[in-house]
Amino acid sequence: MKYFMLIWAGIWRKPVRTILTMLSIVVAFLLFGMLQGVNQGINSQLANNNGNRLWTISRMSQVQAIPIGHMSRIKTVAGVREVAHLSFFGGYFQDSRNSIGAFATNIDAFANVYPELRITPEMVQAMQTTRTGAVIGKPLAEKFKWKVGDQIPIGMPTMSNKAGSNTYMFDIVGIFDPTPEIANSPLGTGFWFNYDYFTEARAFGAGSVHQYITTITDARKAGEISSAIDKLFANSPDETRTQTEAASLQAQLKQLADINFIVNAIVGAVLFTLLFLTANTMMQSVRERIPELAVLRTLGFSSTSMLVLVLSESFLLCAFAAMLGLGLGAIGLRGLGTMIGITAIPTIVVVMGIGIAALLALASGLPPALRAQRLNIVDALAGR
Amino acid sequence: MNTYTQITAVTGMNIRSLPQRLGTSSVIVIGIAGVVAVFVSVLAMSTGIVKTLSNSGRDDRAIVVRTGSSSELTSNLQQAAGLTIADAAGVRRGADGKPLASAEGVRIVNLVRTDGLEANAPIRGITSQGLAMRSEFKLIEGRMFTPGVNELVIGRAAQRIYRDSKVGQVLDVNDATWTIVGVFESGGDSHESELLTDADTSNSAFRRGNSFQSMTVQLDSPEAYETFRNAITTNPSLQVEVKREREFYQAQTKTISNILSIVAYVVGGIMAVGALFGALNALYSAVSTRAREIATLRAIGFGSTAVVVSVFVEALVLALLGGLIGAALAWLVFNGHAVNTSGGGLGGQLVFDLTVTPKLIAIGVVGACSLGLLGGLLPAIRAARLPIATALRAV
Repeated sequence: MKYFMLIWAGIWRKPVRTILTMLSIVVAFLLFGMLQGVNQGINSQLANNNGNRLWTISRMSQVQAIPIGHMSRIKTVAGVREVAHLSFFGGYFQDSRNSIGAFATNIDAFANVYPELRITPEMVQAMQTTRTGAVIGKPLAEKFKWKVGDQIPIGMPTMSNKAGSNTYMFDIVGIFDPTPEIANSPLGTGFWFNYDYFTEARAFGAGSVHQYITTITDARKAGEISSAIDKLFANSPDETRTQTEAASLQAQLKQLADINFIVNAIVGAVLFTLLFLTANTMMQSVRERIPELAVLRTLGFSSTSMLVLVLSESFLLCAFAAMLGLGLGAIGLRGLGTMIGITAIPTIVVVMGIGIAALLALASGLPPALRAQRLNIVDALAGR
Repeated sequence: MNTYTQITAVTGMNIRSLPQRLGTSSVIVIGIAGVVAVFVSVLAMSTGIVKTLSNSGRDDRAIVVRTGSSSELTSNLQQAAGLTIADAAGVRRGADGKPLASAEGVRIVNLVRTDGLEANAPIRGITSQGLAMRSEFKLIEGRMFTPGVNELVIGRAAQRIYRDSKVGQVLDVNDATWTIVGVFESGGDSHESELLTDADTSNSAFRRGNSFQSMTVQLDSPEAYETFRNAITTNPSLQVEVKREREFYQAQTKTISNILSIVAYVVGGIMAVGALFGALNALYSAVSTRAREIATLRAIGFGSTAVVVSVFVEALVLALLGGLIGAALAWLVFNGHAVNTSGGGLGGQLVFDLTVTPKLIAIGVVGACSLGLLGGLLPAIRAARLPIATALRAV
């Protein structure tokens, strides 16, 4: 540490060059932090899902309805704790551009299956006594300024009711406050109403749901229980596919894009370019200072200490700039991330970032460091 | 020596000495190449989607869906409504006097992609009028499906991404088996990502009774659209929306195309800032390497204009090279590459080609040159202001 001043002086030998190099590293790690942050954030959201929730959908596709009759049979499978169901109806409020994610469900089971939505027993009670009742999440309530007691008409183009219209009236009987992890998902921002009300109101399609959510007693038996459920309905007109919630979401996401590949490709390109730039800068910087390093050698510094000196400069530069870049990336993600629900850089990305910074420092600092180590004092002093 | 000769001389000298500064010069080239490659690739995705969907639809056809439906999947119409719509003014009649109107519905099924994952594949139930209307539709392999039998024809683009998609392949859907009997192409539009079968066969297999999702009509002429639209929207028994076919499909891409553009510009922008710093760095060091040379030139009488221009030209040449390399990389690696994604309201997977158009390449190259000019500005000023005596003695 007594040589810190020496290292510091070496870094700031040409201030403009050092600042520009640091800025390049900052920008690269900013991009790294944000992109990998989003990528890993998505991965961890998928992994965070409750391991003992299974999703059952029609084997044909997730938009195909399956009979309500399946529910009692699913309950007979060993290891099944509770079964909730949901049916997606979309819908809009006043204008077809104000789309609402409206779902019909059996609210008592649903509240137990998704405890992180924090639907209270009072809300469940209110839903069961009010046929046209609906519970919504806080974000949705704030978006449209709805309060408990409001009467809301929702238009549903896919479902005509028996009276021939497409508008259904609901009474808001509860506003739940979901935990942050689930607040931005379709469940947290959903508009939940009673399945029974819907069954009697709709003109056709009665007796079916879109999805079952089952909680099981032992997460390790998820695979077994999933197969057991699917076996109940194999070779029937309404075959099912059951998977853990995480696997289902993964599959859906993979349909959108191979985000992992895209992020890694972009980050790879950026870091490669950066490596080139930093290595070049370090080499130039050392090349210009060879005579100075020779003076240090004549004063008695060993050749190993030359190596250490140059490497330390490299590490200090990269580490500081990388930290700054990651910090800025964290701020950027907090700002932009609200759109996708990922607002913090996961720890693993920070660790990855530090690792990459260290590798960068080593790769760009080693060639000039070796050169400094092997310099011939007489030639170097002469500037050759 | 007049200014013009000075400029050419100094600039020529500068360019010829570039190989001596290979390290720093390649930093600029590679940095800018990276930025342009990423930028052009992401925009190529957006261009590909827009191109596929704007190829879809003709000006003399219109689509009718239920009010409030943003896409075919969320629409639902009954047979009676279909008859009313087909009889409306503006709809062309076929040789047999029957209106050229096709009631269609899209069902989603899970098919396995070539990468082993399952994806939503759209199966469109189409009528014989629907096929007759679409002159762009051509069978390129096998034969057409027979109504009443579980047979499908698969689009050329869809065939590329699903695993079991050859002619003769039997698919297991719900509790029935379907056979692929042919492959079709339709000018590179979104229908090529679909599988087609007979509408009635589809309705009975998927138990949808007589309902359908959208009606495509052939208009008497592109101008007849207004007449048709009036007739439909003023009819109180119908709750529907009408759009020209082309606009209907274009509207579906708007969201995803916007997202891709934002990603391209944000990521590209950040990378450009980084590349700018890199370029500045490299050019500053180029100037300082040449400090003695520049000072000598100025001492013997060359004006500072010549020096400034020479630095700018160096920056421009390197940036241009980087831009061309980046665009070429993007074109070589990605052009024509089939990409698939769940295309918003289309429900199933949409297959499109990454399209690196000359316009995109131009945008990339122009961007690269601007970066070069921006990066060259400050170093050029520094070069012009070098104190001659000190610089001559500089190490």
